Amino acid sequence: MLAVGLVLLLAAGLGQGTTRGVLREELLLRPLPVGDVAAVFQFRTRWDADLQQGAVSHYRLFPKALGQLVAAHGVRELHLALTQGFWSTQSWGQPPLGAPAGAELWVWFQDTVPDVDKAWKELSNILSGIFCASLNFIDSTNTVTPTASFKPLGVANGTDHRLLRYAVLPREVVCTENLTPWKKLLPCGSKAGLAVLLKAERLFHSSYHSQAVHIRPICRDASCLAVSWELRQTLTVVFDSFTSGQGKKDWSLFKMFSRTLTDACPLASESKVYVDISPKNKEKQLLEVTPTPTSVHEAIVQGDKTTYAVYDLLSPVLFNTSRSLNVQLKWKRPEDSSELSTPIMHAQRYVSGYGLQTGEISTLIYNTHPYRAFPVILLETVPWYLRLYVHTLTIITKGKENKPSYMHYQPAQDRKRPHLLEMLIQLPANSATKITIQFERALLKWTEYPPDPNHGFYVSSSVLSALVPSVIAMKDVNVEESPLFTSLFPSSDGSSYFLRLYTEPLLVNLPTPDFSMPYNVICLTCTVVAVCYGSFYNLLTRTFHVEEPSRGGLAKRLANVIRRLRGVPPI
Amino acid sequence: MAAAVPAARWARAAAAALLLGCCGAVLAGGIQDQAEQFFKSGHTNNWAVLVCTSRFWFNYRHVANTLSVYRSVKRLGIPDSHIVLMLADDMACNPRNPKPATVFSHKNMELNVYGDDVEVDYRSYEVTVENFLRVLTGRIPPSTPRSKRLLSDDRSNILIYMTGHGGNGFLKFQDSEEITNVELADAFEQMWQKRRYNELLFIIDTCQGASMYERFYSPNIIALASSQVGEDSLSHQPDLGIGVHLMDRYTFYMLEFLEEVHPASQTNMNDLFQVCPKSLCVSTPGHRTDLFQRDPQNVLITDFFGSVRKVEIMTETVSLDRNLTGFESDPVCCLKRQLEISDKEREGKPQLHQRMGRKLKAAKGCIGNRTTKVC
Repeated sequence: MLAVGLVLLLAAGLGQGTTRGVLREELLLRPLPVGDVAAVFQFRTRWDADLQQGAVSHYRLFPKALGQLVAAHGVRELHLALTQGFWSTQSWGQPPLGAPAGAELWVWFQDTVPDVDKAWKELSNILSGIFCASLNFIDSTNTVTPTASFKPLGVANGTDHRLLRYAVLPREVVCTENLTPWKKLLPCGSKAGLAVLLKAERLFHSSYHSQAVHIRPICRDASCLAVSWELRQTLTVVFDSFTSGQGKKDWSLFKMFSRTLTDACPLASESKVYVDISPKNKEKQLLEVTPTPTSVHEAIVQGDKTTYAVYDLLSPVLFNTSRSLNVQLKWKRPEDSSELSTPIMHAQRYVSGYGLQTGEISTLIYNTHPYRAFPVILLETVPWYLRLYVHTLTIITKGKENKPSYMHYQPAQDRKRPHLLEMLIQLPANSATKITIQFERALLKWTEYPPDPNHGFYVSSSVLSALVPSVIAMKDVNVEESPLFTSLFPSSDGSSYFLRLYTEPLLVNLPTPDFSMPYNVICLTCTVVAVCYGSFYNLLTRTFHVEEPSRGGLAKRLANVIRRLRGVPPI
Repeated sequence: MAAAVPAARWARAAAAALLLGCCGAVLAGGIQDQAEQFFKSGHTNNWAVLVCTSRFWFNYRHVANTLSVYRSVKRLGIPDSHIVLMLADDMACNPRNPKPATVFSHKNMELNVYGDDVEVDYRSYEVTVENFLRVLTGRIPPSTPRSKRLLSDDRSNILIYMTGHGGNGFLKFQDSEEITNVELADAFEQMWQKRRYNELLFIIDTCQGASMYERFYSPNIIALASSQVGEDSLSHQPDLGIGVHLMDRYTFYMLEFLEEVHPASQTNMNDLFQVCPKSLCVSTPGHRTDLFQRDPQNVLITDFFGSVRKVEIMTETVSLDRNLTGFESDPVCCLKRQLEISDKEREGKPQLHQRMGRKLKAAKGCIGNRTTKVC
């Protein structure tokens, strides 16, 4: 009887757990080769409810604002990233979660949506209200429909690319007003768990700051008969601790965030801190981590074997000795800076040319793998006012021309649509590929210039998507059991992993008129007209006649007397 | 005898006059109380529209002005959902800011008015004359999110604060367009015609600010400006670490004044009018109260800057009627039944009691399995 009762209670508890949602929070600390340190926060809420049917009215851990958004607009997948700074792959290695500078939004809609463009417009307006970002500037002039670069990251029936929309706003600034609503979506807010470390004053005093929201449907279990909804909120920040650490590369949580961890979020089922202590170049004992971690975890991340010191905030032994957790990392001996490991793929983009009429965009992609070649999909979105000449497109690898095996080009329409160029390029082993295209700058109408036109106009980052061969074969990861940072991108087979890189955004000057000229012209014209016409009129109509000098009154005669005395001619 | 009768009549007349005088005094006292009641503000909610119109790093002080008013208004109780904050440029995360994510109002970095909990509704290029007028008049495209709308009604007190560069009769937006005092006055008149405000407090901190309120002609507006026509509003103090002037004088002293105010304080508008005398401000602040019906002496600062709710505490309990099952599926029947109940309740119960009871019954009757937004 008691056993039955207990079983029922347990079942009820479990059932409630999944209808409420499951929250996992995780912080990954990775020391970067040049002395900086990257911190990646991930908060993942999994909810076993069917948002699409619209039957949901009670929200627990999953934020209501996002749930209603997904239900009302027929969204299948939503990815929004707000980034400040640039992840320099060459010095920092592959990014854990890449994002372009500014605001990036890409959404897969359900096939039941009647008008995708209308839903896209409404969605960007609503998101601009939720995240205090100017996402309402997303319209047809900066939205594209990529055909190959962006595939659904969640469960998907078909991939008709007409249901996908992608837009980037490179000029978007990220500041505390974007972080505040992002933090308010977390179940524990910023009051408990890992989110207490998210203080704006420290997070924005960094080389790179990127916060993102990813919503996607995932399989509820191995049979994949039902669908759960997953919300991941990620925040990546790179601290320049070397310059702020007075020459020492030692860092701690307190130094980076000016806070320490005191407890886990009570609503979380898992709350862990992972510190990357992988030995570089097979040297052991290079790093020392205090306090002692609760466990050590080994995983294959981005094709390479990495070791992590794990601090489980839910384990009772962690807070035995002290009330707060301040993870500290000390280097055993100073590391040689010449031992930087180059990432397998990295890219660069720049604009060249002179004057304000023409220019050239060049993209350089490097494949540093010694013997493996792999293909990469390059997506370029160029605004309509830079008129690309596709006949000048050249792709050169090792001195020879490299023809892309797939190319999709959609030319721009003035004031309606940007250029879209997607190419599948094969990168030979140990090579650098240069892609150049020339453009001409357009003259905008004078009402279309922003209030500060001399700042320049931005061209959004290009996207490079590739299946990079991995050094070590990877096993299929079970999402529920493995750390969050290994499970964002689904891996198709063990020999390669998916990587998405973003290049720099470009800043281009357009021929800008002098906006004070209308005022100057009006002044000049009116002066000329007044002087010329006035003189002409006077000449024609003025007549001269002789005037009799009057005798003058007493005052005048007195004045004349005084003047004669002074020796001055009389009035 | 003849003398006694007039004396008695006089005495009677004097007694009658005395009695009348006493009654008159009592009545007058009652009337004065009623008059006091009449002149208390009848608002039920507060809104604030705070606008900074200047772009570029050297206009840091305008953003600091607006953020200091935002901070005071939030501290005194107006929530973010009732504040429309428009900042034309980003100073906190500007690459030139030596301390990112901060905006200081006092030198030596004493007071960070940006804080950790800020929601900017219109930022950067969105701050235009058109958007500002659309927010005020409510003629907004249907896809605008709630946080960007001014959803005020005829019982709302609205605070409108504007700062930037201006001149005689205009205020410059982002160095590319202007709003004139005539446009602003017409916008306020539209708001009055549509019953979008109960009372309005307009504060402007620009050069020649008094010219902006010269043309107002709608009732229930108090206007304050930092300088008269022909005068310039000056900035307060530069910070050598940041390299720019941090605040304007008028708003600096207004912030100091507002820091003393708390939700229960009784400071009134007359104190606000004295905020920055010519000795501190160098310019002459001006104000205009001829369109306002109440005496500024009776207007509390928290009527506009705070969100003070009138709370009445009841010691009696209200029982919810459980007879509404079965009517949950039919909203018309549900409403009819509510009206019946409230009609019955209206006899012999205090007004607040029945009002509250009605609301509670309505809430209970409509919550059920329904997820539509009928009630």
